[in-house]
Amino acid sequence: MKVYASILKIRLLIGMQYRSAAWAGVATQFFWGFISIMVFKAFYEFAAVTPPISLKELITYIWLQQAFLAFIMLWFRDNELFDLITSGNIAYELCRPTDLYGFWYAKLLAQRLSSALLRCYPILILAFFLPKPYNLTLPPNVLTFILFVITLLLGLLLLVAISMFLYISVFITLSPMGSLLIFGVLGEFFAGLIIPVPLMPLWLQKIAYVLPFRWTADFPFRVYSGHITQSDAVIGVFIQLVYLLALLWLGKLALNSVLKRVVVQGG
Amino acid sequence: MNLYFKYLLILFKSQMQYRTSFWLLSIGQFFIPFSVFAGLYFLFERFGQIKGWDFFEVALCFAIIHMAFSLSECFARGFDTFSSLIIKGDFDRVLVRPRSTFLQVLGSKFEFTRIGRLAQSAIVLLWALNNLPIEWSLVKAVTLFFMITSGVLIFTGIYMLAATMCFWTVQGLEVANIFTDGGREMAQYPLNIYHKWVARFFTYVIPFGTVNYLPLLFILGKTNGNEVLYMLTPVLGSLFILPCFLVWQFGVRHYRSTGS
Amino acid sequence: MIKVEGITKSFKVAKRSTGLLQAAKSLVHREHTIVEALKDISFTIEPGEIVGYIGPNGAGKSTTIKIMSGILVPDGGTCNIMGFTPWKNRVEYVKNIGVVFGQRSQLWWDVPVIDSFELLKDIYKIPQQEYQSTFDLLVETLELKDIINAPVRQLSLGQRMRCEIAASLIHNPQILFLDEPTIGLDAVSKIAVRQFIKTINQEKGVTVVLTTHDMNDIEALANRVILIGKGSLLYDGNLEELRKRFGSQKTITADYRKNPNPIDIAGTSVISWSPEHVVLSIDTEQTLSSEVITKLSSQVELLDVTIESQPIEDIIIQLYKEFQI
Repeated sequence: MKVYASILKIRLLIGMQYRSAAWAGVATQFFWGFISIMVFKAFYEFAAVTPPISLKELITYIWLQQAFLAFIMLWFRDNELFDLITSGNIAYELCRPTDLYGFWYAKLLAQRLSSALLRCYPILILAFFLPKPYNLTLPPNVLTFILFVITLLLGLLLLVAISMFLYISVFITLSPMGSLLIFGVLGEFFAGLIIPVPLMPLWLQKIAYVLPFRWTADFPFRVYSGHITQSDAVIGVFIQLVYLLALLWLGKLALNSVLKRVVVQGG
Repeated sequence: MNLYFKYLLILFKSQMQYRTSFWLLSIGQFFIPFSVFAGLYFLFERFGQIKGWDFFEVALCFAIIHMAFSLSECFARGFDTFSSLIIKGDFDRVLVRPRSTFLQVLGSKFEFTRIGRLAQSAIVLLWALNNLPIEWSLVKAVTLFFMITSGVLIFTGIYMLAATMCFWTVQGLEVANIFTDGGREMAQYPLNIYHKWVARFFTYVIPFGTVNYLPLLFILGKTNGNEVLYMLTPVLGSLFILPCFLVWQFGVRHYRSTGS
Repeated sequence: MIKVEGITKSFKVAKRSTGLLQAAKSLVHREHTIVEALKDISFTIEPGEIVGYIGPNGAGKSTTIKIMSGILVPDGGTCNIMGFTPWKNRVEYVKNIGVVFGQRSQLWWDVPVIDSFELLKDIYKIPQQEYQSTFDLLVETLELKDIINAPVRQLSLGQRMRCEIAASLIHNPQILFLDEPTIGLDAVSKIAVRQFIKTINQEKGVTVVLTTHDMNDIEALANRVILIGKGSLLYDGNLEELRKRFGSQKTITADYRKNPNPIDIAGTSVISWSPEHVVLSIDTEQTLSSEVITKLSSQVELLDVTIESQPIEDIIIQLYKEFQI
């Protein structure tokens, strides 16, 4: 555990060295959130039929997306890992005493955590103090908030498990770019990053609910605003756990089989 | 200029060495705006219209901005990645050659893979134009052309400003993304859907409005008044690049007095 | 041809912070120190000279080269090179100089070397005929025929450096600035590069200013040495003088028929001894090497004798010591 704590600390330090980058990143995300909200506001103004999610809930959704972007976007790249796989230096990694899946998982997790920790506070705080109706609102009650934190963290674990597949796929495609593209575009779309899941046409929503992506972002954010009721949220937690365990198990299997191939082929 | 095309040739030869990567990246560059456009499509399916604009009108706006963006990403790539040039110390080499720094940086990179995005926006453009009841005239066609080229110049100007920042610090460059990626995401909708001061900022400071709202109204036949004036509005916007150029020169001077 | 007078240059350097608390503080405020890189540097170089510009790391060598090549603008002083002030009229001035930065490449990485040369021809606007004759000469003297069609990324460092030097001369400059040109090269390549520089200097009269840490480069090429330390010009003169001043030590190595008696000659100190082999160190200002050999031959039956001057590295180290840099 201590190892992971120090990994986190180093990443935080590195993050703070690039102070302007941190502020610039926050500003970018803030702008993005603002624009999205304005677009939706314009859509909602003359909505003929009442949309399935209220504007207030949508605004919360968008700010949470921006604040916790590191917890949802798949575009995060660990070039070190990519190089390791494509160059074949994986042999060195296999000599480590730790379980490879666990080691990489921890590394990816630390990256996302450290990135989010730096950026979520400014965005959340600023968004909270914006004038109505742009502001981020508090969750309806404490229980909802607790549920939100649980679902968010589970969502993060789920996301890292999904992203492990990204790296595993590179063993097969040997092209980081190719894998990243497919995962990135599809994953982010179905997590609700391009269009919030409740606003998708019904047939598309059905697909989104089957895929694991929405459980990392769309689900926790709607728990927060109360759009998803508390009882539904609890059920959702169990579904998240099921997905998580399934993906972890499949991920380990996949990694082992892919590594076996590497060993058989002589590296 | 002739020299610029020679630069492009050598860069093309370089990139062709990595053919698979090129195709993968190009395809990816197609699907990224494609997913954004899909989102747009579904939103219109649900809402029908946005502040009086219908789907195909917004699609036209979308296509124009994305075309301008993709073209500028191709041409101004050297400025976009200028930070790596500075970090590697290769800008010294630029200063030791008897050509303008602008031309050399412009010729230092050309991102051919952005063809993917260009293709996607071209398809959207054709689809939108096909479904819009526009009464075409030479003036309108020229206006469309100006809109795209002015967009390219505006984006290039922003890339230049971001590159100039590198002379002071190579950190915090992400801010430029607010105006390039952010500008694109914002300007893909007609500006009047936004809050007044946003629309004003992006008309008078970073003049996306000149390639977005007024000429768009004109092409769609929703305006009265002098045709030529509407046609020239984008050209006004393209003047944006002139102060950017001056800022670039200022940056080069700073580099030369303080070193790397 | 090159006239440098009173050049001064200072830099502001940001202070780096350590630890989490300091790092968080620095998010708001950065501190700076001022480094005086060059203090009142003056020298004159005549056309056709090869000058070695030496000094420890951070002494200001690269800064001086950058000023002379027009990249950097100094804080004070004047510089006149071939009638130009390098940092003014940059585009005009730069046509007449060639620069080689040791660790950076000016060639386009993934395409054949010859493509880079052709693009340089267009950048420098060299007429085709002139280009062709210069090109042929460079390919011949640097032996580039086999590598000219290979992409740069496939070349070894030595091959690449030869191409870099050729690229810097493709426009026939009158002055060549070399910033650490032999760094990282193997012995054979180093010799080839040195030989080539000597050749173009002798045949085309190209003035060469060379910075290097490899003193053998200096020894092979430059008879004039300018030493810079901590921003100040400390020595400007001949290599011969340097030798006389610091290089009076010589080592005499002798092999002889087995003789159990240890060697003891006045005015020498024994570095190592065995019954068949001895290495002596003498100070030529005090003792003549010929005297020592005579005395040696009277004590043992000499088979082979070698006299070596002090390696130039030692001379330079002593030079640095004297100036405390």
